[in-house]
Amino acid sequence: MNNGRLLAALLGALTLALVAIGTVWPAPSAAAYSGAGSMLRSSSTPQAAVENLGEEIRKQAWEKAYGSLANKAQFTEPEFVKDLTGYSPSLLTYSTLDRFEVRPLHASADEAEMELKLHWATVVGLSVSTRDLHVVRNGDRWEAEWPIVREAMVPPQVIPVNYLRWDVIYRGPGDDWGSQDVEAPHVRIVDMHPVDRAEGVVILGELLNEDVVPAYVSVSATLLSKSQSAIATEGSFDKIDHLLLPKQVTPFLIQFHNVALSDVGSIRMTPLSALIPASADPVVEIASEQLHPAPGASLTGQLINQSGQTVNVAHVLGTFYDKSGQVVWVADQYVDQALSPQTPVPFEIHIPEDLARNVSSQRTIVATYSFGGFQ
Amino acid sequence: MRTRLTLLLGGLAVAIAQMSFAQDARMRLPTTVEAGSAFSIQSAGNGQATLYIVGLGQVLKRDVQLGESASFLAGSLTSAGHYLVVLAGTSTTQNGSFDVVSAHKPANLSFLAKPSRLPVGLHDGITGAVYVFDGYHNLIAAPTSISFELASPSGTLQKRLVITRNGAAWTVMDSTAQQGIDKFVARVDDLYSTRIVAQVPGDPCGLKMTAQQAGQQVRLVTDPVRDCSGNAVPDGTVVTFTENYNGAQSTVDEPLKNGIAEVEMSAHSGAAFSVASGIVMGNQIRWEK
Repeated sequence: MNNGRLLAALLGALTLALVAIGTVWPAPSAAAYSGAGSMLRSSSTPQAAVENLGEEIRKQAWEKAYGSLANKAQFTEPEFVKDLTGYSPSLLTYSTLDRFEVRPLHASADEAEMELKLHWATVVGLSVSTRDLHVVRNGDRWEAEWPIVREAMVPPQVIPVNYLRWDVIYRGPGDDWGSQDVEAPHVRIVDMHPVDRAEGVVILGELLNEDVVPAYVSVSATLLSKSQSAIATEGSFDKIDHLLLPKQVTPFLIQFHNVALSDVGSIRMTPLSALIPASADPVVEIASEQLHPAPGASLTGQLINQSGQTVNVAHVLGTFYDKSGQVVWVADQYVDQALSPQTPVPFEIHIPEDLARNVSSQRTIVATYSFGGFQ
Repeated sequence: MRTRLTLLLGGLAVAIAQMSFAQDARMRLPTTVEAGSAFSIQSAGNGQATLYIVGLGQVLKRDVQLGESASFLAGSLTSAGHYLVVLAGTSTTQNGSFDVVSAHKPANLSFLAKPSRLPVGLHDGITGAVYVFDGYHNLIAAPTSISFELASPSGTLQKRLVITRNGAAWTVMDSTAQQGIDKFVARVDDLYSTRIVAQVPGDPCGLKMTAQQAGQQVRLVTDPVRDCSGNAVPDGTVVTFTENYNGAQSTVDEPLKNGIAEVEMSAHSGAAFSVASGIVMGNQIRWEK
């Protein structure tokens, strides 16, 4: 009993001592994250210069970051900030830099090429962007040149938009039970294909709005065992385009973690559709789509907003087919910058390496969201 | 065992006969009353009593003079069902029962028509069900003849005559080949209820586009998009244009506007353009400068 009390007292004292030591002599990284100190070190090497720049961007110390650049005469500080956080409200506007990686590409005595990979924490998950920086020696210091990307400004103009908008009047609470209501849109699953993956069962498929009105859609699936008892139910969440215009097709992907396909007897699919007000605008062209084989298999392309309204968030969904036309994978990417009118914005969707060799063709769609709009 | 059962049934029959005789002797009740109509209850004896009429939806209470007839005005009992009658006097209590039945004349129709929107040319695609009620919302169980009529703007009329069973009648109709807003009417005598059924175009049929040079671009324009019955597919329907060139692909989901879809895409010599809407493929064009 006495030994136990003694041990407890010793542990308590040791804890207090460690807390005191950590407070008085904190580690540099802890001090930096608490705002009391800085992880910056002398920019005596190209690596250190770019790491310092990344750290200042992470802390949103824009003035210091801009001040450390070698080519700051070529652009203003607001332009530098907008280049990082977006010229229009977008995913990056509401994100913070979670971490960054610096990788040397080439170095000589007076200049170097460095890769800065920025991992942004956005509301839809991590978004990674990469910048190749030219770093130059200035006396005993190294300074990075920021590869500024200015957004192409669309000249002032009026773009007439006369696409359809659908409004809906639903039945009222006082209506008789026999009175009509607006019919929910008719949607149909035109393809469904379960896949056994290391992380569990994945259900891939496509959903068609076969009606003449817009539909809010989602799909859920229930895995049934061989004895027809339910194993699990999952929904497509954001691996689907939730707004389907008439005759539009969306892919969907539903993941079941820690379930083996061999345990599944059958699958019950439940498509859901509801009539919602919607607009056929904006129309986004997906241009220069290119399938890249493994290694680093991906689908790249450009989004071009054909309307006059800025699209704040674009969600690109790619459906990948094999030679027989069967869906082999569905992947997506949120584009972290806004789509200004008539301005191409690149996207890149990664394809799992083991599936990439089976991919023969693809189909890409884009879901758009505009702040203050209907989509 | 059989003897005991016979005695029991015999005793029950005698008791029921005595009760009927007693009721007749003391209180005369109508067998049935039509909902909302006037009726009277004749009591026997002398003195004051209180008459209670208790049903599922209604309760009436009235002080009566025994030996006289208690009259109830039209509209006193409106809910169809079985009613219990109790006449409570100072020394005796009498009871009995009668049924209130729905009125014969229909006054309300509840008409359920499904769906409110469907493609043209669908066999048995439209269903209509009618429940017939009297003026007090009692279901009229007696057979009633219902006329269903589905009229399209083109003048086509489908008509069915159905007799209700247990207060309900239903029918099925075909959607016609022409799009438009149809009127679906259920009628009993001069009483009717109308529903709207929108017949909308089906999938695009024979989707075709043409291509022409537009500066550095190719302008792709579809012919007016129609379904297989010749109905114009509505604006807003998505048409997907695809360009395949040198292993790269570009797609645009373009909604129909004024009956056609139009888009400009990059003009690469040797590019192949295709058009589709939903699961319907259109023609392909190979572009050569």
